[in-house]
Amino acid sequence: MITEKEIWSALEVVKDPEIPTLSMVDMGIITKVEVRGESNVYVEMTPTFTGCPAIKMMENMVAERLKEIGIETIQVTTTFDKPWNSNKLTERGLMCLKKHGLAPPPKHEGEITMELLEHSVCPHCGSKNTDMKTPFGPTLCRSMHYCNDCLQAFEQFKPVV
Amino acid sequence: MEHIKELLYKMADDLLVIGHRNSEWTGLGPILEEDIAFSSMAQDKIGHSQALFQILHELGEPEPDTNAFMREAKQFHNAQFLELQNDDYDFSTIRHFLFDHADQLRFDNLANSSYEPLAKVARKIKGELKYHVFHADIWLNKLGNGNEQSHARMQTALNNAWNYALGMFEKGDYEAQLIADNIFEGEQSLQNRWLSVITPIIEKANLKIPAEKDWEPILGGRKGYHTENLEQLVTEMSEVFRIEPGAEW
Repeated sequence: MITEKEIWSALEVVKDPEIPTLSMVDMGIITKVEVRGESNVYVEMTPTFTGCPAIKMMENMVAERLKEIGIETIQVTTTFDKPWNSNKLTERGLMCLKKHGLAPPPKHEGEITMELLEHSVCPHCGSKNTDMKTPFGPTLCRSMHYCNDCLQAFEQFKPVV
Repeated sequence: MEHIKELLYKMADDLLVIGHRNSEWTGLGPILEEDIAFSSMAQDKIGHSQALFQILHELGEPEPDTNAFMREAKQFHNAQFLELQNDDYDFSTIRHFLFDHADQLRFDNLANSSYEPLAKVARKIKGELKYHVFHADIWLNKLGNGNEQSHARMQTALNNAWNYALGMFEKGDYEAQLIADNIFEGEQSLQNRWLSVITPIIEKANLKIPAEKDWEPILGGRKGYHTENLEQLVTEMSEVFRIEPGAEW
């Protein structure tokens, strides 16, 4: 019988539809995997933002992947039992964001302050001499910033508690 | 469960209606960043309302889309404040500031609600609202302390918004039960906390809250009494859904 560990590693190839370098596992949005019998798998997910329009699509992508590896009975649901926060991104997830040109969210201590947002690290040159231009970006999970050293705009994956 | 439904409906309707109003700034924002900000907040608000409609559905109410788009204006429980036209950017910003602080404090409180399905969702939503409140505070301060014209317009918008904003705290029939069951702190307590949070921010923006003797909350929204603006909004918002209810888009 397939193990939970094997399911987790099979899911590593399922990427965020908006950030194709980042897997859903590394993003921390897959919160539970259960093998419920021979070829019967249950997966729980949780959205980064409540209003994320991609969540249905991501549920389908997870189900498709499980089908690909031969699972017959698949149930994927979205819950708020273990809500997402940006500290749930794995180390590899943070690296993937950077590779995609996005500043990774700074680790938070349970509270988001203006200070935490104001001087994020530029993903292009590493400078901290940056300003947040607006807390809203092209998707709900990104804010927009400007680097005063390399004079380039960049986006940050928002820290969220 | 009627008391919980009452609480969920008023919140879900507030969020759906303000979400729709926010979305009306899409393509019309005074600068690109503000266009994006109001569009993003629209998406958040509608997402939050959907999560609440989902809980209602689990309590036996219609599924979220039907509930959102098939009711008539008089069946909505939002405060009248949220259905008013966007008017200019000054009024939209003031409403955003006054509503979002109340919304943030409401969800902060509900994160500890004894009704776990709501508490779970609230714990997630309250973190997202931080960004709405930051945004509102920045612009209140910028425009309140801007030039003479921006200051005067913000003060006028605040004066016009105030009694409507107080109407957000209209009590429902089940208020006492919600408090007794530790589901929700109650509107009076929420309003007190709201006032203590927003007062220093308004003062820092060099604006003045209208004198207390002039406070006359505009009530009725929670009981289905609305201005003609809501009917216009509901008609527009549900137009596509009603062409073919239940269609997969």
